[in-house]
Amino acid sequence: MPATKPQVIFEERKGQIYRKGEEPFHMSCNRDSLAGAVSQRACVFCGSRVVLYPIADALHLVHGPIGCAVYTWDIRGALSSGPELHRLSFSTDLQEKDVIFGGEEKLRMALLELINRHHPQAAFVYSTCIVGIIGDDLAAVCKRVSKEKGIPVIPVQSEGFKGNKREGYNAACKALFQLVGTGNTANVSPVSINILGDFNLAGEIWIIRNYFERMGVQTVANITGDGRVDDIRRAHGAALNVVQCSGATLDLAKMMKEAYGTPFIRVSYFGVEDMADSLYAVARFFQNKDPQIMTRTQELVREELSVLSPKLQEFRQALSGKKAAIYVGGAFKAFSLVKAFRLLGMKVVMVGSQTGTKEDYEELQEITDEGTIIVDDSNPLELSSFLKEKEVDIFVGGVKERPIAYKLGVGFCDHNHERKEALEGFVGMFNFAQEVYNTVMSPVWHFVPRRGKEKSCKQNRR
Amino acid sequence: MLNHTPKELIERKALRINPAKTCQPIGAMYAALGIHGCLPHSHGCQGCCSYHRSHLTRHYKEPVMASTSSFTEGASVFGGAPNLRQALKTIFTVYKPDVVAVHTTCLSETIGDDIPTIVKKSAEDGIIPQGKWVIHTNTPSYVGSHVTGFSNMVAGMVNYFPQKGDATAGQVNVIPGYVEPSDMREIKRILKEMGINGIVFPDTSDVLDTPQTGEYKLFPKGGTPVSDLMGIGRSEVTLALGSFASQQAATLLEHKHSVPFKVLDLPIGVSATDRLVQALMDATGKKPTDEMMHDRGRLVDIIIDYQHYLYGKKVALFGDPDQLIALTEFLKGAGMRPKYVITGTRGIRFEKRVTAMVKDCTPDAVVKANNDLFYLHQLIKNDPVDLIIGNTYGKYIARAEDIPLVRFGFPIMDRVGHSYFPTVGYRGGIYLLMNIINTLLERQDRDDPEERFELVM
Repeated sequence: MPATKPQVIFEERKGQIYRKGEEPFHMSCNRDSLAGAVSQRACVFCGSRVVLYPIADALHLVHGPIGCAVYTWDIRGALSSGPELHRLSFSTDLQEKDVIFGGEEKLRMALLELINRHHPQAAFVYSTCIVGIIGDDLAAVCKRVSKEKGIPVIPVQSEGFKGNKREGYNAACKALFQLVGTGNTANVSPVSINILGDFNLAGEIWIIRNYFERMGVQTVANITGDGRVDDIRRAHGAALNVVQCSGATLDLAKMMKEAYGTPFIRVSYFGVEDMADSLYAVARFFQNKDPQIMTRTQELVREELSVLSPKLQEFRQALSGKKAAIYVGGAFKAFSLVKAFRLLGMKVVMVGSQTGTKEDYEELQEITDEGTIIVDDSNPLELSSFLKEKEVDIFVGGVKERPIAYKLGVGFCDHNHERKEALEGFVGMFNFAQEVYNTVMSPVWHFVPRRGKEKSCKQNRR
Repeated sequence: MLNHTPKELIERKALRINPAKTCQPIGAMYAALGIHGCLPHSHGCQGCCSYHRSHLTRHYKEPVMASTSSFTEGASVFGGAPNLRQALKTIFTVYKPDVVAVHTTCLSETIGDDIPTIVKKSAEDGIIPQGKWVIHTNTPSYVGSHVTGFSNMVAGMVNYFPQKGDATAGQVNVIPGYVEPSDMREIKRILKEMGINGIVFPDTSDVLDTPQTGEYKLFPKGGTPVSDLMGIGRSEVTLALGSFASQQAATLLEHKHSVPFKVLDLPIGVSATDRLVQALMDATGKKPTDEMMHDRGRLVDIIIDYQHYLYGKKVALFGDPDQLIALTEFLKGAGMRPKYVITGTRGIRFEKRVTAMVKDCTPDAVVKANNDLFYLHQLIKNDPVDLIIGNTYGKYIARAEDIPLVRFGFPIMDRVGHSYFPTVGYRGGIYLLMNIINTLLERQDRDDPEERFELVM
């Protein structure tokens, strides 16, 4: 236990920080960020954009001022195996006169021009703060254009101020739900799933689809990584929804269960344990329909592990005892990361998320070691004080966290939009271990004065 | 397929595709980071602030600190005053900056929050500690561009900081424009080299290009000190570099404190830098050093050594107006032909100025303000160029049309160097020109048939 707690934590945030073993578990979360905090959180629009944008053959039009379109232009490596319409930036670029007189006509004209040129399978129209305030009737415009052009034109009610990313996920799910159920489900196998909550960063969904294919499970729709409108339209034909991530698409699974009776299970593809569990869970679900599926799944896992395990052993030797800190968007990912680090023999000394729920933090509390700091909706000052206090070797986070780690002279792994290597699946565990190893073992930290001292102190102690 | 641009030019009225600009608040945030000990504050919902910080971080690879009023639905109905008051309370309790620079967003502008009144009330209620500053500017995202936002925040500095007093002999203000930390550092170096007592504001050097020390500092050592900003009203003259980013503040300073100003182009290239040096000489009577003249000589030497590789090359330029004006002059002077010059920012005077500049060397040039990269791509498809100069977003066109790209402007999210090597001044000219020449030579090496592949170029 440190003698003094860092000075950077202010009274109002104390309830959102917990040190395991120190006090009875209590965590306030899912509350609005304190005004004035340098929060790492984003807005509703951001949440909807990240969920829907990987649908590659849809048109994505941002109805708002230019910034909202610019900051979400091709920033997430959501790969497509075919069309790439989603990588362009389309916006109505609202001007002062539109704010005064309304932007509906502009929106309509923009939609018509884009649909005529690109012939998308569907169009998503994102609402922004300003549209919510001036009161453009997005739904009416979309309906009219949809009728005129004969494709689904779907309003996404993602006014930024309505909450944080979580509400954005919900808005995206509502939009997706308008597509589901409008397609033909012929040729959908009884042993079939939809993959929810995977965005095909660095090609990850391709890895997962391959596993399911080897198990004999048909994937009907990718929601939304490498997604296609027609697949989503017939997603209600699938027998099971397999939902990953901290609820980005969980709402959709719930809606589909309600409307179509499609059951869902929650999974994670990060780390060996969770990856295998996910495949087994799907296999168990289909066991009655396909008695051989469990055997095939076991075979698959065995095969993958026989390649992976010896390689991981090498990493484990080098990384054993190193310390990691985690700060991610959704807490669900953090569970897997805690387990993945444990597999590498490393200690997780800090873990936090932007949008975790009470249940999420309870689970984190259960799976972490004594002394681990658990934090909700943190900020750079807190994060950097935790990193230093715990003398971490690697920090896992996103774009805003990377420079903090580097300024402190700490290794970093991007587990967010800007990851360049696939981290899902068994091969993803290898990539992850490799990335962790590369950054932790890199000689560059010798240049960092604080780390240099740290090293010599430790050596003296030995 | 990533290339969705058809060749046929279509008139568009309602649509922006692949923009060549972004919104005001990010420019205001960047400018505010150029004040020492300042925390930029975004008065809006937290998405804006998060986006701006991420975008700046992608460009600078540095932590970018800014706070937000974290608007919720309630605030957007009842007004954001309570949010701003709470924010100031939080900021001064926890982060303890010397200055909070508030900029608005489209949300707070439209609901009509009156920042000065809210701040005044907060000060009266003791929320703002003695000796601390809260400045502000209005930056609705549906007006202007990031350049306008920068200009507005610099004007905001002039609105708040300068104190009355006798003129300080020989003191010169330089507003460097929306340029890189490296450029601001270079301008300071030039002033120092000439022995001029100058105040450069804003100044993001040592804020967004900080050295690795193993420590993370919320307020790095750089930024124009408040004490300097308090003195800008006592300077003898203001040199405003770039009319789009800097003229507004200079005009305001003249109006409020009778400091005369001169608007110059950004000092990119030989002639524009000459004009800056001349203006500094006129203002102070100081002379450029031999060392500076040698830098100038070396820049000219490179232009001449490689003029045959540059001559007649057609170039497409896009980015911010001040940069493009100066760059057009530089390239034209080096024998190149600026064929397309496109900015996303509005400005008839930009179009007039650049069109006049290129009409003798490129009579068929297309110069457009308030346009986008989709349009530029269409132009290039109809009549290609040898080189594209612009920010990272140019890489889509460069790849689709197989044209080399020199990265220049904001943002650059996929290459290193812009934070560290200036493009202003004679030395900056050498770096920029080196990039251009090497990029052209690299391309020639790639494309030359075996028998033409040359060792010496």
